[in-house]
Amino acid sequence: MDKTTLLEWYRQMVLIRRFEERSDELYQLEGKIKGFLHLYIGQEAVAVGTIAARDPERDHLITAYRDHGHALAVGLEAGAVMAELMGKATGVVGGRGGSMHLASKEKKFWGGYGIVGAHLTLGTGMALAEQYKGSGGVCLCYFGDGATNIGYFHESLNMAGVWGLPIVFICENNKYGMGTAVDRASANPNLADKAKAYNIPAKKIDGMNIVEVYKATQKAIDACRKGKGPQFLEMVTYRYEGHSIGDRTRYRPAGELDKWRDEKDPIATLQKVLLEEYEASEAELVAIDDVVMKEIDDAVTFANESPLPAPETLFDHIYPA
Amino acid sequence: MARLTLREAITEALREEMQRDENVFIMGEEVGAWGGTYAVTKGFLEEFGERRVRDTPISEMVIAGAAVGAAMAGTRPVAEFMTINFAFVAFDAIVNHAAKVSYMFNGQFDCPVVFRAPGGGGKQLGATHSHTPDVIFAHFPGLKVVCPATPYDAKGLLKAAIRDNGPVLFIEPVPLYTSPKVRGDVPDEDYIVPIGEADIKRVGKDVTIITYGEGLHVSLDAAETLAKEGVQAEVVDLRTLQPLDMSLALASFKKTFKAVVVEFGHQTYGIGAEVVAQLQEQAFDYLDAPIKRVAQYDVPAPYSGELEKSALPDAKKVVTAVKEIL
Ligand SMILES: Cc1ncc(C[n+]2csc(CCOP(=O)(O)OP(=O)(O)O)c2C)c(N)n1
Ligand SMILES: [Mg+2]
Repeated sequence: MDKTTLLEWYRQMVLIRRFEERSDELYQLEGKIKGFLHLYIGQEAVAVGTIAARDPERDHLITAYRDHGHALAVGLEAGAVMAELMGKATGVVGGRGGSMHLASKEKKFWGGYGIVGAHLTLGTGMALAEQYKGSGGVCLCYFGDGATNIGYFHESLNMAGVWGLPIVFICENNKYGMGTAVDRASANPNLADKAKAYNIPAKKIDGMNIVEVYKATQKAIDACRKGKGPQFLEMVTYRYEGHSIGDRTRYRPAGELDKWRDEKDPIATLQKVLLEEYEASEAELVAIDDVVMKEIDDAVTFANESPLPAPETLFDHIYPA
Repeated sequence: MARLTLREAITEALREEMQRDENVFIMGEEVGAWGGTYAVTKGFLEEFGERRVRDTPISEMVIAGAAVGAAMAGTRPVAEFMTINFAFVAFDAIVNHAAKVSYMFNGQFDCPVVFRAPGGGGKQLGATHSHTPDVIFAHFPGLKVVCPATPYDAKGLLKAAIRDNGPVLFIEPVPLYTSPKVRGDVPDEDYIVPIGEADIKRVGKDVTIITYGEGLHVSLDAAETLAKEGVQAEVVDLRTLQPLDMSLALASFKKTFKAVVVEFGHQTYGIGAEVVAQLQEQAFDYLDAPIKRVAQYDVPAPYSGELEKSALPDAKKVVTAVKEIL
């Protein structure tokens, strides 16, 4: 890996973290964001590392409602994402979707979806379209550990397996689905095994280590492109915050969060690599942090100053034009 | 007598039914350790234990289906959908199995299952999480569909639902759960509110407002405003959508000759459509004016707050509708 790439990944991960921290404040302190707000803090390496491995011209992305990280990693403007969280007309989907439903056709980012597991079927369809057209694209389909227990998951993996579809199933195993730990909800807590049941090659990856995330994704995408059918990556990661705002995470054993944050944090992990193996300087990293802070400030200003959607637009887009 | 919120009344009904009948148990996502997403079953795990308060995986299909099977096989499950939006995932178990097994097998099988489903919009949760799809479920004979709007009704109807030998979908309007305005008296002693009976919530002579759930409170607000202008609205709370009791609505309409139907679901093919059809069929000679509907506009729920609100019924829209036919 070259240093420039790693610095760019560092920038993206810091951007996501600062974005999430600011969103949290805008929700809890200022009341400017409403509804659900599922933060991505702790999981940054998964979105950034996997998305770095895709071909932006050809590959598709689809994910669940915990989607801010993916939206920023594909390169959506922080201002437009923040405006969406505030329900503004300048938001990435015009204020119609909110936090859970970010999307961008241009980026082949087909959106965040709120019904657990449902979008695995859509992602399977996107891979089907690619196979059908023979255009060589691959679908990266993200979902949580909890989603592996719903029928959608099993039907999608099975069909993708039967038809050899070019899809990488990326399970972001952050240990919990709401308050339910993996081993309380999944008869087999080894989630990669579930893919093996459908004859899909599956790997368990350290989702806090962006270099490993990137390499594994690259291999998986490559296999898809070569016609080897669906691939499965279980990214072992951790959600630092509650499921959504208002969840005080009382179901976590004491010390669990601290352990992950202190020993495994994805940003600190990359920082260490940059400082120790790539001779990056503290000043270099601080400069990046400063640029990101400015970007976040500008994003919030932009969102604050943006107009609400005009009332007469309520009925637009119920059907395609 | 205690003054309870709607949510407290539901909690009490569940607790008392579980204490009364050892065959009643609860299953659903986050109902146990978390205490229920809306805290309806807070403390239940400690009180009743894991056998009777069962956290499930995120698996609506089997939550509903297993509840149907367990009900057929002699228990009385109360299965909770975290919200009614996720009942769509379980639609087949609800309408094809819960609603059919009694009839299809010639009355051999009881199916005493209750599906609890918090519902309603207006909370900026976006298009897939803001449904009021009550009418869809009410379309199927064999499934009783109940939606209380007051703590008294909520407790009595939930008890009736749990004691019913057939399947009941019990819809709980989330916006009413803790609303101080909705707080009301609930007797200490055991009682039920029979499923399939409407109720007059306000007496009046000039116009009949027929509604249920969240619509009741919007309608009562509208009635207050109208009263200040000398118009006395009678407000009928349907309480049960299937089987539908039209007797009170009809009697009221025959007195006022004018009606408005208020519901939070979408207007097209809504509860209002059915109510209007029955009114004109059974009281054609009493029609003095077109019967109006106030409902959610036919548009998915947008996230943005003002936009979302603009699509939902409110007291002002009800007042306007009444004035149009006076
Ligand atoms: C079909 C369905 N059931 C329930 C929910 C409520 N719900 C939203 S997120 C969630 C937990 C999902 O956990 P996981 O898949 O691990 O993703 P994470 O939130 O950890 O990213 C639940 C139960 C839902 N949105 N959809
Ligand atoms: Mg999870």
